[in-house]
Amino acid sequence: MNGAHTSLALEQAPPISVPFRFFLAAPVFLLAAGGLMLANGPELLASRWHPATLALVHLLTLGFLATSMAGALMQMLPVVAGAPIAFPRTVAGLVHLPLMAGTLWLARGLDRADAHDIRLAMAALTLACGVLLLACGHSLLHSPVRHATVRAMRLALLALTATAGIGIALAAVRVGMLNLALLPWTSLHAQWGLIGWVGVLVMGVSWQVIPMFQLTPAYPAAVTRWFGGVIYAALTLDSATPWLASAPAAWITTGTHGVLVTCLASYALVTLRLQAARRRKLPDVSLQFWRIGMASLLAAALLWLAGQVTSIGDDPRYPIALGMLYLAGFAISVVNGMLYKIVPFLVWFHLQSHPARRNTAPGMKLVIADSDSRRQLRLHTIALLLLFASLGWPVLAHVAGFTFVLSAGWLWWNLLQATRMYIRLAAGSPG
Amino acid sequence: MSTISSYLTAEHREADVLFSYAEQAIADGDWMQAETWFQRFTAATLNHFEKEETVVFPAFEQATGNSSGPTRMMRIEHEEIRGMFDRVSNAIVIHDVEGSLGLAETLLIVIQQHNIKEEQVLYPMTDRLFGGQHDGMVLQMRQLQSAG
Ligand code: HEM
Repeated sequence: MNGAHTSLALEQAPPISVPFRFFLAAPVFLLAAGGLMLANGPELLASRWHPATLALVHLLTLGFLATSMAGALMQMLPVVAGAPIAFPRTVAGLVHLPLMAGTLWLARGLDRADAHDIRLAMAALTLACGVLLLACGHSLLHSPVRHATVRAMRLALLALTATAGIGIALAAVRVGMLNLALLPWTSLHAQWGLIGWVGVLVMGVSWQVIPMFQLTPAYPAAVTRWFGGVIYAALTLDSATPWLASAPAAWITTGTHGVLVTCLASYALVTLRLQAARRRKLPDVSLQFWRIGMASLLAAALLWLAGQVTSIGDDPRYPIALGMLYLAGFAISVVNGMLYKIVPFLVWFHLQSHPARRNTAPGMKLVIADSDSRRQLRLHTIALLLLFASLGWPVLAHVAGFTFVLSAGWLWWNLLQATRMYIRLAAGSPG
Repeated sequence: MSTISSYLTAEHREADVLFSYAEQAIADGDWMQAETWFQRFTAATLNHFEKEETVVFPAFEQATGNSSGPTRMMRIEHEEIRGMFDRVSNAIVIHDVEGSLGLAETLLIVIQQHNIKEEQVLYPMTDRLFGGQHDGMVLQMRQLQSAG
């Protein structure tokens, strides 16, 4: 019985090394982003087109977010979609290394306007994204499950395809291989990436994990059924605008942005309301990260609205502030919080499938103590507040960067301790 | 007039409530309450498993002619969950706060993942298979209801 049990439990999930290589690499990029900010300070906040700002954006989006999300997808697909990834180790290897190297090349290439680095990045990132999309796409196409989360994952992967495709085209423009209107295509690239890929994936994952971790009521069916598709349709419509005359294009862009912001803001509001109605009332570090994330998302939506109706929208700091709220405040907080659930759970899960550890595998709070994750939550919160404050007092940018370095380092240390516990206990058990 | 699916799903939600009371009591250091609520949570869950394993799964297996498919997986997961109850109880008995909260949270995630599979795959399939016979099966399950 036990033998069959063990093999079945493991059959469903990839080896622990598959997701963990991503989870352990991701915080290093967050740390690098903090370091870049510490070094460059207020310059980074001067313009969204500043070379170091573009480098910073990709350390965060590709280095921290895409890396964590790739690991989480490879872990969750078998469980949520009932369709394991074929050859998980090979796939993980072919995504992980090129993604790491490609992100570093892209960041350095954008920062120093180095064509050689950008070309290397294009090759590496094409490989990483291509393999990830083929592997996850294959699994999702064979999924017997018709759940909203699975649909959201499909849409998110399509959006990643668009993001990477336009991103590589933009990189080709940079090195003189292609000619495109940079402004509209950069905006489309950013939208597909931030909203279509990051936003929709976070939403799809929350349909499952918010009720599951906090025992909240389920999301309303109207939200889970429609939001992914509506966002996708709005992004697609907006992508036609580079070919249109400028008057209808501007009109469509405003309309689709309104739709996108409405979906995101409603999602944030619904999530906060569900969380307020949760049955588990215990203090929970992950929950705090989610709430910071949702509050930032709402703030970003309000700022966008203010940008439409007042002259704030003309301030060069406006797009920077939007990016800060969305990327650092929303996306990074949520992913950081999720790591504190998924990593301890996987340590337990893989240990308890060792026959000798069945009844001694440590529960989640022994793998990463609440006190350790809570300290990092505080550092993260302070870093965010300093970051927002630096819009008014640019000198604070250095301090904000330094605090992000501390916070990312602490996150990394916590995940590393969890991994070391796994290695120690797994080695101590026969089998 | 409930379907098999709504009957069993409601039991999941009731067990969630009992679990959250037990967890809260542990966090408050109220060990008497913690033992009581965890005990009630365990009893409710075991009773729910019994209904599934003696009424729903056999009917499902008979109707589909397949006893190695989803129901086998669900039985295995029940076994795994039963095994975890003792570990949490033991941690509660020795008043180990971190240990029992950590194991309780782990247990919760295992159960929730299991429930998701049942609610999203197995129960809807069962509802479709037994279109006209819901009442009879729900009645059979009611007869297995334990007091408490
Ligand atoms: C295949 C990977 C990617 C490549 C090759 C790439 C390339 C680029 C390039 C070359 C630019 C600068 C355009 C210019 O000014 O010349 C850019 C901008 C940007 N990228 Fe990417 N990118 C990639 C992935 C992503 C992802 C996954 C995201 C988000 C999740 C993202 C978000 C952004 C944003 C937000 C900007 C614009 C920053 C701004 O508006 O100031 N990129 N990307």
